[in-house]
Amino acid sequence: MARPLDWQLATVAAVRDETPTVRSFTLRLPDWAGHRPGQHVDLRLTAEDGYSVERSYSIASEPERGPDVDITVERIPDGEVSPFLHDVVVVGDRLEVRGPIGGYFVWEPPLGGPLLLVAGGSGVVPLMAMLRHRARAMPRPPTTLLYSSRGPDEIIYRDELEALSGAADGPGVAHTLTRRQPPGWTGYARRIDEPMLAEVLEPLGSETRAYACGPTALVETVANGLVRLGLPPERIRTERFGPTGT
Amino acid sequence: MTGDREKRMAMDEQLVLDGNAAGGLLAAAYGADVTSWRGRCVHCGTISVVATLRVYVGGPGTVLRCPVCAGVVIRIAETPTGLRLDERGMAELGPGR
Ligand SMILES: Cc1cc2nc3c(=O)[nH]c(=O)nc-3n(C[C@H](O)[C@H](O)[C@H](O)COP(=O)(O)OP(=O)(O)OC[C@H]3O[C@@H](n4cnc5c(N)ncnc54)[C@H](O)[C@@H]3O)c2cc1C
Ligand SMILES: [Zn+2]
Repeated sequence: MARPLDWQLATVAAVRDETPTVRSFTLRLPDWAGHRPGQHVDLRLTAEDGYSVERSYSIASEPERGPDVDITVERIPDGEVSPFLHDVVVVGDRLEVRGPIGGYFVWEPPLGGPLLLVAGGSGVVPLMAMLRHRARAMPRPPTTLLYSSRGPDEIIYRDELEALSGAADGPGVAHTLTRRQPPGWTGYARRIDEPMLAEVLEPLGSETRAYACGPTALVETVANGLVRLGLPPERIRTERFGPTGT
Repeated sequence: MTGDREKRMAMDEQLVLDGNAAGGLLAAAYGADVTSWRGRCVHCGTISVVATLRVYVGGPGTVLRCPVCAGVVIRIAETPTGLRLDERGMAELGPGR
């Protein structure tokens, strides 16, 4: 069995567009011990001259889908790795992968809730693994996803989120669109701030566990805001993606 | 001058990641996923979960700092001969409770 520190060759089994700039890749892993929702993989690209780069990508799929795992990648125009994945990688290609990684930014039903998930942009990816797992597991604590996107076309997993939130015991989903709102938009239309966090937190109550993921600046705002709103820091788990998307 | 410095510091803040993000590299250095392990910062005494350390990538190697006092607790350098781990800033690192 491969340990999380060993690199293995995954085969790209499917490629799917999520938005005009975001694409999902199904990786079939020859040797996979299973993952927990919230974990990530490291991906390594090596050029012919031996130069190599590594990047982390959260696992989007639920553990029930193993040994396939989905990653969902936003194309950063001046980036090194994400444009390669978008413009070059096709079904059947092989990619070097290490994982699953991370024992802390994970949620499984025994951890309980209520759950507040807060995402900016591609930060929704590991939270989606939690929501997908929650939909197939028990118990299902009260859950709200607060999700910030620039515009309506940039909402990743839009249809699936709508379907999930419409199901019995489905999560609440609150969108905020920071730059472009469609006509008649009734959701939030600004960057996530403390009053917004207070509104989504209030119905969940003071026992809430929070997971915040996305660009570093957004995660910082969310974590600080939730502490000021009275959540103990040890119940707030964060995953900073770096400068992307800001 | 100060404007540039502030801009650079703001950019540096954007580059901060969580200890969790370095989990793969740490696993290669320690032989196990240590992201949920705890250790004590030798600079200020705070006990932190590795996943909650502050990670700075991009310099020569990866530096993990204490989230409370910002002291360097773990440093990993990738050298031609392998990974070099300096964990002098972290005491009693282990799976613990
Ligand atoms: C734990 C974790 C999980 C992640 N999960 C996902 C995921 O599920 N989906 C996803 O799309 N992304 C995810 N990311 C982000 C991902 O790892 C990459 O950072 C992202 O894909 C960009 O990589 P790149 O090589 O394309 O761009 P890079 O070449 O790294 O550049 C990215 C952008 O940041 C700027 N930048 C980068 N470094 C610096 C610097 N030192 N100084 C100034 N500017 C800089 C660049 O100018 C560019 O605009 C995750 C990150 C982490 C840490
Ligand atoms: Zn310290």
